[in-house]
Amino acid sequence: MPLIDPEVAAKIERLELPFNRYGLDPYGIDKGYLRGFFSFLNFFYSKWLTVDAYGLENVPDRGRTMIVGNHSGGIALDGGMIIASLMLDKSPPRLAQGMAEIFLNSTPFASTILSRVGQFTGLPEHAVRLLEDDRLLMVFPEGARGTAKLYPQRNSLVRFGTGFIRLALQTGTPIVPTAFIGGGEAIPTVANLYRLGKLVGAPYVPVTPWIAPLPRPTRCQIYYGPPMTFEGDGSEEDALIMEYVEQVKARIGELIEFGVENRRRNDFGRPIPDGSDVQTSIPAAGDHS
Amino acid sequence: MRVLITGVAGRIGRIVARRLLFEGHELLGIDRRPWPDAPKGLRMFNADIRKRPAENVFRTEKPDAVIHMATVTYFTSRKAERNRINLGGTRRIFEFSAKYGVKQVVFVGRHTYYGAAADSPLFHTEQEPPMAVTTFPELADLVAADLYAGSALWRFPKMKTAVLRACYTLGPSRHGTLASFLRGPLVPAIPGFDPLFQFIHEEDAAKGICAALDQKLNGVFNVAGPQPVPLSTLIEVTGRRRIPIPEGLLPRALGRLGLPRLPAGATAHMKYPVVIDDALFREATGFEHDYDESQTMEAFRWA
Repeated sequence: MPLIDPEVAAKIERLELPFNRYGLDPYGIDKGYLRGFFSFLNFFYSKWLTVDAYGLENVPDRGRTMIVGNHSGGIALDGGMIIASLMLDKSPPRLAQGMAEIFLNSTPFASTILSRVGQFTGLPEHAVRLLEDDRLLMVFPEGARGTAKLYPQRNSLVRFGTGFIRLALQTGTPIVPTAFIGGGEAIPTVANLYRLGKLVGAPYVPVTPWIAPLPRPTRCQIYYGPPMTFEGDGSEEDALIMEYVEQVKARIGELIEFGVENRRRNDFGRPIPDGSDVQTSIPAAGDHS
Repeated sequence: MRVLITGVAGRIGRIVARRLLFEGHELLGIDRRPWPDAPKGLRMFNADIRKRPAENVFRTEKPDAVIHMATVTYFTSRKAERNRINLGGTRRIFEFSAKYGVKQVVFVGRHTYYGAAADSPLFHTEQEPPMAVTTFPELADLVAADLYAGSALWRFPKMKTAVLRACYTLGPSRHGTLASFLRGPLVPAIPGFDPLFQFIHEEDAAKGICAALDQKLNGVFNVAGPQPVPLSTLIEVTGRRRIPIPEGLLPRALGRLGLPRLPAGATAHMKYPVVIDDALFREATGFEHDYDESQTMEAFRWA
């Protein structure tokens, strides 16, 4: 475990989760592991990558919520940074719980660490339970198709799964559309090795110009849009569900477009002196001004 | 009510017996094992549940309700014996109950029914099928007994049948599956894995069984106590030491150096959790546990 950042530790103390005397919540989420995990993420979030989060006020302070975001290539760097922003920059802090690949749960150490920091295996049972327990769920409807994007496709969206909309309808959960910009620049994937992945038990192994899928120092941005709610109970016809999926996908697409434009205009790739030109107010849906 | 308990001389059976006597029930008990200082008011029958003398108890005593707790695990019995007791015995108990007019049967099963695997969810609900029977054949007889007991719900509709899937019990008796695993000063653990363990204090387990009887439950119910804790916490709080043993070396290490003897399938339970959701049971009975996870572990440690 890396050194514990005292500021991070203070945020963990502010979490509104039911911890027992051993610092464990009913799911086995462990305060000690959270301190180490978020100190580690904080290094990438504020020093190595420098991530700016906009629209955090769009994420409800409490109650069931679903963060729905885009993947932007390589490994799930976007997931880690979204989790970090909601803990480190949001007040009160919230623990976003992602849905991990099953192979990670059978991998020694990854299994323990992910279990103790609330990143459970991506099973529908887990998603429903966490939402009914008024937790903050983070989903990437592109799935592994999304992380497999190569550098040129970094700011595009591939096919969305539909499970997340049915889940939101079934549990009455608002969806916060979210865009992550800069992941493709941080880990520019030139190829994905599927056969090697099979050997090590992962879906694939991404390759960058420097071979390893490790991020280079890059500024990244996260945009949280206003929550979207849909009426229904999750048993609707596929056609209607697809329509809702497309609405969310379009909204995320708008946020990405806005973010990419913002990045181009402000030269976000390199550090900027004061950030005075940054357009931080997130446009309303359909507003392309 | 005239209640018959099978396996009454077991640790939980004894607590259940005392509770029911205190509540004013008329009590009968069947067990192969003796219970020398059995409380007054309990009529003991030394019999094997699969044999004729056990059937005689049903025929002559006509119990109103039966609590079936006479099941065994790999810690106490060999395979053929386990099969005869767990599946053969359970079958007999239900057949005798239906034949001699028992109105209500409570079957006390185990939460390990659900199995442990990398892709099994936390907090199993009652409608989930048993997983990992193939990887842990030592549990197959208990899973079969559970499913057989559940089939009584449609085979004997006039009888109320409660199938309880209780998590591990822990407490001052230091008996039971989890207690056997934690018996020695050293407890084996697989490096890189630290599954949640869910347990209930023996007094609370007995309270839950009595609640199922009182409320005349009909159906399948998970019975759990306080929130689960990781194996490492369980080992630490019970004053044991964690010995990391790589998975490949476990078969050689187990049963030696004071480490518990475990079947090969048990390694899955040292990697992945079996955690159950007991909301249905609490709602149906109003059950609340009296001992939290800390008190339960301390009670086991300092007994």
